[in-house]
Amino acid sequence: MFKILEKQVLTESPVIFRMVVEAPRIAKSCEPGQFLIVRADKDGERVPLTICDYDRDKGTIEIVIQVIGAETDKMSRLEEGDGFADVVGPLGKPSDLLELPVEELKKKKILFVAGGVGTAPVYPQAKWLHDHGVDCDVIIGAKNKDLVIMEEKFKDVCNLTITTDDGSYGRSGMVTVALQDLWNDGVRWDHCVAIGPMIMMKFVCKLTKELGIHTVVSMNPIMVDGTGMCGACRLTVDGKVRFACVDGPEFDGHLVDFDQAMARMKLYRTEEGRLYLREKEGATHHGGCGNCD
Amino acid sequence: MEVDMMKKVPVREQDPKVRATNFEEVCLGYNKEEAEAEASRCLNCPNPKCVEGCPVSIKIPQFIKAVKEGNVGEAYRVIGESSSLPAICGRVCPQETQCEGKCVRGIKGEAVSIGKLERYVADTAREMGIKPAPPESKNGKKVAVIGSGPSGLTCAGDLAKMGYDVTVFEALHEPGGVLTYGIPEFRLPKERVVAKEIDNVRALGVSIETDVVVGKSVTIDSLMKDEGFSAVFVGSGAGLPKFMNIPGEQALGVFSANEFLTRSNLMKAFSEESNTPIMRPKKAVIVGGGNVAMDAARTALRMGAEVHVVYRRSEAELPARVEEVHHAKEEGIIFDLLTNPVEILENEEGWVRGIRCIRMELGEPDESGRRSPVAVEGSEFEIECDAVIMSLGTSPNPLIASTTEGLDVNRRGCIVADESSGKSSKDGVFAGGDAVTGAATVILAMGAGKAGAKGIDEYMNA
Repeated sequence: MFKILEKQVLTESPVIFRMVVEAPRIAKSCEPGQFLIVRADKDGERVPLTICDYDRDKGTIEIVIQVIGAETDKMSRLEEGDGFADVVGPLGKPSDLLELPVEELKKKKILFVAGGVGTAPVYPQAKWLHDHGVDCDVIIGAKNKDLVIMEEKFKDVCNLTITTDDGSYGRSGMVTVALQDLWNDGVRWDHCVAIGPMIMMKFVCKLTKELGIHTVVSMNPIMVDGTGMCGACRLTVDGKVRFACVDGPEFDGHLVDFDQAMARMKLYRTEEGRLYLREKEGATHHGGCGNCD
Repeated sequence: MEVDMMKKVPVREQDPKVRATNFEEVCLGYNKEEAEAEASRCLNCPNPKCVEGCPVSIKIPQFIKAVKEGNVGEAYRVIGESSSLPAICGRVCPQETQCEGKCVRGIKGEAVSIGKLERYVADTAREMGIKPAPPESKNGKKVAVIGSGPSGLTCAGDLAKMGYDVTVFEALHEPGGVLTYGIPEFRLPKERVVAKEIDNVRALGVSIETDVVVGKSVTIDSLMKDEGFSAVFVGSGAGLPKFMNIPGEQALGVFSANEFLTRSNLMKAFSEESNTPIMRPKKAVIVGGGNVAMDAARTALRMGAEVHVVYRRSEAELPARVEEVHHAKEEGIIFDLLTNPVEILENEEGWVRGIRCIRMELGEPDESGRRSPVAVEGSEFEIECDAVIMSLGTSPNPLIASTTEGLDVNRRGCIVADESSGKSSKDGVFAGGDAVTGAATVILAMGAGKAGAKGIDEYMNA
């Protein structure tokens, strides 16, 4: 069992929460950009989650979870002192920024674009750069003020821009609008990392391609084992089949086939959704709504 | 009971029509009377050929003699000297080409049913609560075993019997490797057989740590430098699936056999109550003709699908065991032989709607001696289906080799290791099973695990 040491609800609707979990082997070896596979209990699905922070001395890792289905709902009901049945990792490759010499990084103008719960995995990368004396810009996008997460933590490690779809906090509009506005104001970057919903990453990539900014995205498709065994997470990058779990999760965003990747996300949506509804609504859900058969 | 010395005592099986709709075990095994009758067919040869045919050299005539005498405890002890996983081997070994293939009885009639007798002994011993005894004393030396599949468990069991302090590291959340994620419930029951055999390995003093991905969570070097392991056995298997690289392979409803079987076996998706469902196809096409293809086909069938196996050569070349093909046919699986897929067809929403294939004919024999299939021009046709399961074989995972300096692999990605000792190019590191040979069988992996344990013991005492 992997014990939950700390739990904090970040937003209410949708529910997003942060947990600090005891996992000494992972805390010792993980790097920014890598992910975990977590199971709530012995019958649970293996859910891939990105590492949001870690403390090597204390042997702890931090994850941020948004409730989107039956499994994440089950996780949201775990409390401090409870534990996850399984936490496996770190999986995937560390961020490719880590491979560059610090002196070279310092010369780069780096931008992170974070959307929704994708804000969380941006944090360890921004923090790592900050700890190594490298500045970076971060744009966080959220639907509204209530859904902006981790603002205080980010303020300490980067130049932060916040934008909300409805304008209730920070700038108004999507992350792409904020990016374009800053560009129009004369801000320039030569490296961009975008993490968030696939649709956001797709449009960020479309824009950065026009602006000529090299862009890396972190893909989070459906996975089973996370070690290259099942092939469920395969996607097409530059016309070649790659596995997000072992070849990624980060890829050159200008080469990813997003439309195909988004289509592949539908695979288990009906089964998962049906289960969630069955748990939430019990006998009231008989199908016929058109969303599932 | 009366015994025809020329023929095996028949083993009871679930009726094909019934079993095609459930996940219960196909073969029901011998009872006491049947087992003792079958055991009486053994000639107890002074120079037993069967033992030569066994990759782990079980003293077969000795254990069969004990069965004949009604002494299951003794039979279990004899098998236990050579094998830690008899209930599993009795079920999944290709006995027809190993022990039974060499049996003298087989020259004129049918070989003694050694596999079914082994299974009888292991199952009966388990029901009687007989467990293997841990070693009397430990030598205090630590050995790490990577992977808890057949080679890893065998190596760990043997080393524990010699007194080593063994820790097995498993990447998934359940131990067993292919025994747990790959081979289906109806061939190898998980709770009743696999979990119990693993408990027996634990009873020898082996500890198993799940959720550790060697190459990621830890490395071989960190295990040896920081955690005090004096030697390491790598039994990480061949887990990477192959795809055909044909158009449409990314469509929804195309799975690797690994994904399909892992979801069904490890994640229990076959059960209606499972929290972790898999798509239940209406009509599935399985591409490939090996044992894994048969497992995927028979799993899809049990989920309610009409199942076609598409294979590019003819029946004679099917790599699967004859028994598996026979069972699959009995259950109603349709074999489309001399047929090769060229494209997977999708509907407007990206779901599989069919597969376009081309007819093949057998040409001249290739380097492997098998007649190579050649496409018949203009013979393309479509099979309507909603799922395609690719079962084209697997290759070793590069995760360990790529993170271990000095560990050599060949051009197919297999770890280079000495067959008789498992010794690799790196000092103190041994390897065996599919990680070395590429995808093979459970028993060959067990044989390699045994060799590795012996190799490690010699290394530690050198």
